Amino acid sequence: MKKQIQVLLLFFFCFYNSIAQDTLQEIKVQNASKSLKKSYRLTANTTTLTSKELLKAACCNLAESFETNPSIDVNFADALTGTKQIKMLGLTSPYLLITEENIPSVRGASQAYGLSFTPGTWVESIQITKGAGSVVNGYESISGQINTELIKPINDIPFFLNVYGSTDSRFELNSHFSARISDKWSSSLFLHGNTRVSKNDMNDDGFLDNPLAKQINVLNRWQYTNATKGWVSFINFRYLNDQKQTGELNFDPSKDKGTTTYWGSEINTQRYDVSTKVGYVFPDMPYQSIGFQNAFNNHDQNSYFGLNRYAIVQKSYYSNLIFNSIINNTKNKFSTGLNFAFDQYGEFFNAIDYSRIDNSVGAFFEYTYDNTDTFSLILGGRVDNHNRLGVFATPRLHARYNPWKKGVLRFSAGRGKRSANIFAENQQLLASSRVFKFLDTNGKIYGLNPEIAWNYGLSFMQGFLLFGKNADIGFDFYRTNFQNQAIVDVLESPQQVLLYNLKGKSFANSLQVEFNFEIQKNFNLRSAYKFYDIQTDYLSGTYQRPLQAKHRFFGNLGYETPILNNGKQWKFDYTINWLGKQQLPVTSSNPVPDRLPKFSPSFSVMNVQATRIFSTTFEIYIGGENIGNYKQDTVILGADNPFGPTFDASIVYGPVFGQMYYAGLRFKIK
Amino acid sequence: MKIVISGILVMLAVYTGSAQEVKSKNAKIEFHVSGNCEMCKKRIEKAALSVSGVKSSDWHMDCGTLYLIVNEQKTDVTTIQKAIAAVGHDAGEFKTTKVVYDSLHSCCQYERK
Repeated sequence: MKKQIQVLLLFFFCFYNSIAQDTLQEIKVQNASKSLKKSYRLTANTTTLTSKELLKAACCNLAESFETNPSIDVNFADALTGTKQIKMLGLTSPYLLITEENIPSVRGASQAYGLSFTPGTWVESIQITKGAGSVVNGYESISGQINTELIKPINDIPFFLNVYGSTDSRFELNSHFSARISDKWSSSLFLHGNTRVSKNDMNDDGFLDNPLAKQINVLNRWQYTNATKGWVSFINFRYLNDQKQTGELNFDPSKDKGTTTYWGSEINTQRYDVSTKVGYVFPDMPYQSIGFQNAFNNHDQNSYFGLNRYAIVQKSYYSNLIFNSIINNTKNKFSTGLNFAFDQYGEFFNAIDYSRIDNSVGAFFEYTYDNTDTFSLILGGRVDNHNRLGVFATPRLHARYNPWKKGVLRFSAGRGKRSANIFAENQQLLASSRVFKFLDTNGKIYGLNPEIAWNYGLSFMQGFLLFGKNADIGFDFYRTNFQNQAIVDVLESPQQVLLYNLKGKSFANSLQVEFNFEIQKNFNLRSAYKFYDIQTDYLSGTYQRPLQAKHRFFGNLGYETPILNNGKQWKFDYTINWLGKQQLPVTSSNPVPDRLPKFSPSFSVMNVQATRIFSTTFEIYIGGENIGNYKQDTVILGADNPFGPTFDASIVYGPVFGQMYYAGLRFKIK
Repeated sequence: MKIVISGILVMLAVYTGSAQEVKSKNAKIEFHVSGNCEMCKKRIEKAALSVSGVKSSDWHMDCGTLYLIVNEQKTDVTTIQKAIAAVGHDAGEFKTTKVVYDSLHSCCQYERK
């Protein structure tokens, strides 16, 4: 008991300290514990988050699982969709390649909400790679890749239950069932449901702070493993149904939909996924293997935002055949193969038909040299033929060098090319009176040209002992240079969104300085300062990318008591994010009450969590998000007249809801 | 006729000769290599891979066994063991020299038999 009190005191002390300091330099931070793995050996700048790391936050879904890690910035859920967008190197998720077990998952129609469609409890680990990334999974990634590995049926425990409830009236239920069917077959059934049942309006603007929601998400996985013959296979079936309703408190969809009585919005999504994977490792040559992946999905979103109607159906098929082997010996490895992608979109915005078919075939070759010691290099290239992007090559390079012990220097460079799904990626803008205006009409994608960017990165990490404890310090610098970009311009007029091809320059520079330290055994500090300079030439001049802080600070403290023999343990976690001022969309031509300043104020947001593990089968956790109760001043412009010209619910730079507390339990049968 | 017979004999000899010499391109070979630590592991595996024909090498620190996959058409066990001995590790029948052994990092100086 004494120990517990000490722990609590220690925890609150640190906690108090961090609140007291808003300055950057003083906050103490923690080292990569086992929950977050950074390697001195990997060629690419990759951080691995284990499932242990995901337990440090409320972590209801994938979008929320990055909050305790500095590589990815999690933005604030907008009042409309309730989804948190993520950014890496200052660029939003469309510029990232997000894959689930190496199959591209969040793309096209699912861009806005896709991350919220993977419950956190399903996740086994997440690999975050900064920079261009591998060519194996495609040409689209520009600033990085995020791959999620789900729990494998063969390793899973027979039963898992997680129940969660929070003061913003969100409830979640996760249950997993797994069984070994035979010596070769295993299967898992994951069931997830979440709901938000009551309307919240903490800022009294007459609008819901977060949407009413209902989600059912079911995944059935089958795994076949035959180790002696070298075969492994996965078959996944998945179904998702997600419903959201938001808008004015008095909005009743059955009466007010399509009218101007009250402003409201509904977003309903249904999705089916079937994916298969077959891998074969040559029994007498363990370094040689063949993999074949196939994925089919049907994503159907039907929605309206006030009088704006938006519907998108995406039927998509993806296939990847890959062959891995060596040249002479395992110092020289290669991967080569073919990709095929087919996407059929049925897209309607206010009855204008943007339906289209995209398809591409590509071949890739990736060579890896590793001198088994201090140097490694990955050189990759691919050529694709896409019906809208044309025939193009994608070169990428990653290199690693260890100049001395515990020091690692990395370099990467690469090209990415993609077609922007204008409406799907910018859905928050539909919740405004803005008119979408395409200024260019000659391109093949909504009249626009493909986005092309080069990304270059340099990073250095050094591990050392500080007061006899492990510490490391890291510097990352990345630059993304856009040759062409689909510009989404909200800096010209508050009544318009202008869409056009980049004229002039657009680049994103990001610098991250990270310091991690094991203050005591099981007491870890992580800290990072991040500087973003993201400039784009808009029609009205050069601006920083709106809703992006130039300076950010991140701090995380984690403490765990020693595990007692029956598994009993306490865990504590504290995270602080400080954000500097952010460029806001232009509102100066609006009437005075509906004007925002040019920049948002700076602020900080703090999250805490405590977990009590009673035994290896049962644990409970409680936590708070935004416990400093910071709230954005004006969330919705023109809230008094939502069908008037100044209405805009898309400008969200900070928390809308204020403080939120939650509790949950986990029960396992092993 | 004599020529024909001798021709057949020659062909037979060639044939049996080549039959005996079917050398595997992916032969699995394992033998003991003395060593202690991670640094040894790197050095041993690197030395093995430096021999042309060695495709993969994996030294197990706990038992000291080196597992190799070797193209026997290009090299043989003796050549590989010599190469490993040359960097300081006793490999199979081949012992390293005292000079090389003494030049190893102190944590790598395994107990010599």
